Amino acid sequence: MSLDPNVTPTTTMTANVPQIHLPRNAGTELDLDWVAAVQANTSAIERRAATLPGRRSVKKAHQAAWLCKAVSVIDLTTLSGDDTHMRVRRLCAKARQPVSAQILDQLGMTGLTTGAVCVYHDMVATAVDALDGSGIPVAAVSTGFPAGLSPLDLRIEEIRRSVADGAQEIDIVISRRHVLTQNWQALYDEMRMMREACGDAHVKAILATGELGSLRNVARASLICMMGGADFIKTSTGKESVNATLPVTLTMLRAIRAYEARTGFKVGYKPAGGISKAKDALVYLAMIKDELGDRWLQPDLFRFGASSLLGDIERQLEHHLTGRYSAGYRHAIG
Amino acid sequence: MTIKDIFDTMDYGAAPESSAEAMAWLADRGGIAGPFIDGTWGPLRDDITIINPATNERLAGLTKCTNTEIKEAVKAARRAQPKWEKQGGPARARVLYALARLIQKNSRLLAVMESLDNGKPIREARDIDIPLAARHFYYHAGLAQLLDEEQPDRQAIGVCGQIIPWNFPLLMLAWKIAPALAAGCTVVLKPAEYTSLSAMIFAELCQQAGVPKGVINIITGDGETGEALVNADVDKIAFTGSTAVGRRIRKATAGTGKALTLELGGKSPYIVFDDADIDSAVEGLVDAIWFNQGQVCCAGSRLIVQEGIAEDFYARLRRRMDGLRIGDPLDKSIDIGAIVDPVQLKTISDLVATNSAGDTYIAETPLPPKGNFYPPTLITGLHPADTLMQEEIFGPVLVATTFRTPAEAVEVANNTRYGLAASVWSENINLALDIAPKLAAGIVWVNGTNMMDAAAPFGGIRESGFGREGGWEGLTAYTKPNVKPKALKPIAPYSGNGAALGLDRTAKLYIGGKQARPDSGYSRAIYGPKGALLGQAPEANRKDLRNAVEAMNAAKGWSKTSGHLRAQILYYIGENLSARAAEFAARIKDMTGKSGTEEVDHAINTLFTFAAWADKYDGAARGVPFRGTALAMHEPVGNLAVFCESHWPLLSLVSPMAAAVSMGNRVTLMASEPFPLAATDFYQVLETSDVPAGVVNILTGTHADLAPQAAGHADIDAVWSFSPADISAVIEREAAGNLKRTWVNYGKDHAPGARDLLAQATEVKTVWIPYGE
Repeated sequence: MSLDPNVTPTTTMTANVPQIHLPRNAGTELDLDWVAAVQANTSAIERRAATLPGRRSVKKAHQAAWLCKAVSVIDLTTLSGDDTHMRVRRLCAKARQPVSAQILDQLGMTGLTTGAVCVYHDMVATAVDALDGSGIPVAAVSTGFPAGLSPLDLRIEEIRRSVADGAQEIDIVISRRHVLTQNWQALYDEMRMMREACGDAHVKAILATGELGSLRNVARASLICMMGGADFIKTSTGKESVNATLPVTLTMLRAIRAYEARTGFKVGYKPAGGISKAKDALVYLAMIKDELGDRWLQPDLFRFGASSLLGDIERQLEHHLTGRYSAGYRHAIG
Repeated sequence: MTIKDIFDTMDYGAAPESSAEAMAWLADRGGIAGPFIDGTWGPLRDDITIINPATNERLAGLTKCTNTEIKEAVKAARRAQPKWEKQGGPARARVLYALARLIQKNSRLLAVMESLDNGKPIREARDIDIPLAARHFYYHAGLAQLLDEEQPDRQAIGVCGQIIPWNFPLLMLAWKIAPALAAGCTVVLKPAEYTSLSAMIFAELCQQAGVPKGVINIITGDGETGEALVNADVDKIAFTGSTAVGRRIRKATAGTGKALTLELGGKSPYIVFDDADIDSAVEGLVDAIWFNQGQVCCAGSRLIVQEGIAEDFYARLRRRMDGLRIGDPLDKSIDIGAIVDPVQLKTISDLVATNSAGDTYIAETPLPPKGNFYPPTLITGLHPADTLMQEEIFGPVLVATTFRTPAEAVEVANNTRYGLAASVWSENINLALDIAPKLAAGIVWVNGTNMMDAAAPFGGIRESGFGREGGWEGLTAYTKPNVKPKALKPIAPYSGNGAALGLDRTAKLYIGGKQARPDSGYSRAIYGPKGALLGQAPEANRKDLRNAVEAMNAAKGWSKTSGHLRAQILYYIGENLSARAAEFAARIKDMTGKSGTEEVDHAINTLFTFAAWADKYDGAARGVPFRGTALAMHEPVGNLAVFCESHWPLLSLVSPMAAAVSMGNRVTLMASEPFPLAATDFYQVLETSDVPAGVVNILTGTHADLAPQAAGHADIDAVWSFSPADISAVIEREAAGNLKRTWVNYGKDHAPGARDLLAQATEVKTVWIPYGE
């Protein structure tokens, strides 16, 4: 396997964990001058986000391939109070076979799986067991998700336990209050501690952008988390009233691009919550492609946090093969 | 390619919009575009070949209208005009509304045709051109509905000749036709020879919308056709296009009495301060200079970036350029389409090829193997002295320089013969809103670019032309006061041979707050009606005028004063004139033989009127469909030269002076030719009224000698003539030099009202301010 960051890995090379291909983001010292210089003009960002869907269109075979790509980067997620072990096992089965074998066969995409399965800490061991041998990693939300307001030592301990249970990816939530009070040092320290607690498991920092008040705060928090060693930055828990949006995405992608330009580290991106249509997924992929480049269109640098998105993609893929619109019941639930 | 292959490469692939319907539409009409005159098509002749610029293959043929056909079109418009106007605004509103609806209902056909014909990306035609065109008709349906009630003392100008460019064929058609129809005018419109096809579809929609025959006539052809239209029997010419052609039209219409509005070229600055959202400013350039292949008159084509962030900015910009996709205009994933014609492509290529200054970066993005394509290009490290910083390229080529301070940014931005649009990027509201009014431009976008709407006036200053399109201001360009001006009889100066009574008094010129002897060293004796020698008036020449302009320039601070201050000074002039009312009345009587009492009183009243207006001629916040505001601000025009009417020695001086000064202009007044001595007395009133030096300058002398000098002076921004002297034509002709605004009387007494004077004393600057955190 190539360790050259400039080589785009092929499908067969693609494993899901970033450190296999790329040098892991080591973080940097906290650079408050840089943070202070970051600006985000909401109206201009919204304009770019609003016009992008009209600028990029993916049709026919290309659309089918892009939708398969979307499947390959889904963190198939269940984060509900009523989750049970069997519920999680059902989800894992869907992660192994996200689209019917017959459709994948006709598309020439046999073996396609989702990017990961994402669960609460208590379900990690079950998911790891259910996914054994599939190569699909388990991601855990492990820091007092979704509010992140449990005691810091308990949040750190939760990370350690999730890692011990076999989670390869930890989705942490940041303390929004540190952003809202501009306490960048505290945010940075928290990110550093959590990164350290993750050890070899890679860490996605959830900004809960819907609660940060402004795109400027989103941009600055993105930067702090990357300085603190985040492998991914992620929009939302899915529990805020506003989750992933295109303007927020554009803001975070620009932060990732600036961070790479300054440090050389490629940091991943995960929009989560609210992306439920195949068409939306295509727009997100186009934005990643145009703003960050093709290298980011791999599961080690991009994920969708989604649950219902997959169902719509399955219908669209069947439509591609048959030329007729499909129905939900024709596809297995996850 | 298999799906697996695409899965690995993640290419976009082709996503072409079908051209089948548009091609069928053309085929059904014999593949020839031709005139639509008096509700009838044709004749259709294959005189000119229209190409598809993406392939350089023939798309259609085009009729080149003969002079006879052009005359027929104008005659048809002339016949139809009275009835169309008499229908009333509400009836016209219904037709405009129907046109808006029909454009929407046929939007895809129009968009595809526009893309085929012009080479612009289908996205831009579909998402920008066509919706804006429809919006224009909706908005003007509204203006037509309200016009009769809102502007009862104005009427339609009459028959309008309209000549539009090839860069936004349907949108420019809408900008021209919608206000003309709303005002009750009828039109003869000539689309550009490269791009006449969407106008053909539009003509069919006119038939469906119930536009009476003769109200909209479309003639086709090339530059000669346009020239013939300019010289035809029309009441107004509205032109959008190059500055060179605009200048020719200005000369051709000089003295004819045809109203004229010109929307010409630009080299619009795009200023980025170091506290801007840099990525958004970079993205903004995509919409500024790579919109419509850079073939946009208001394109932000001159990047002016703060020195400390310049290298970072350029690096990000180059990366963004590499991501631009250039190719088949009908592909829905294309950012940049084809240049409209090989001729234009060559112009762009030649301009860039002859430049050796700075560093040229060409986007690393593949070009299609054939067709008129030019890659996105950035030239950094240029300076104002470099040709490409001054010349309009009209292509996807961005030139860049740096600045150190806000003041220098303004200086560099304004160092241009043009003045159409400008962008300012800063997250500091104090800075952005300080810079916007200082930029010499008709439109300023704060943290944005190329925003346009029917409600927001659009147009330029300097060599970017004059007149506004959009809003009530745009409509006003198609109306005139509904009074019939009377012929103004010139007054010959009285002659005599008497000696002066009393102690000799020396009348001088008044320049820069000082009394000055004329450069010529000549004076003219002024006699009363009975032959009494009243005094000598200096004979001003071009050098005195030059000195007056220097004085006006030195008084630039006046334009930044508050309306309240200007009002105080105007009131004070009135007060001081009142104190000497009897003296001025006697002087008037001596010169004219008629009582001057009433005239002096009228002059005082006029001073009070414009003092009142000084802080009340407000701009407006326009209801544009976006989150933010578009401020249509009134700004002073700058340096004015006014040739005064003859009969009223004092009032003819005071009235334009008060209007000009109240709005913050500096003015040089050429006093009544036969009766100049009230003007030379008047400077004593000015001297006692706290008028800053250079704000008002008074010259006496021969209007016919001074008119070409004033109109030809590049540092005078507008010339008005109320003079009975036959100088209107020479003023309009000489004004073509720097394309200054002119307001002349063609030897008529047009007795302007206060609002007419105020409109002429101001420029409308539209400042777009988006909101949102």
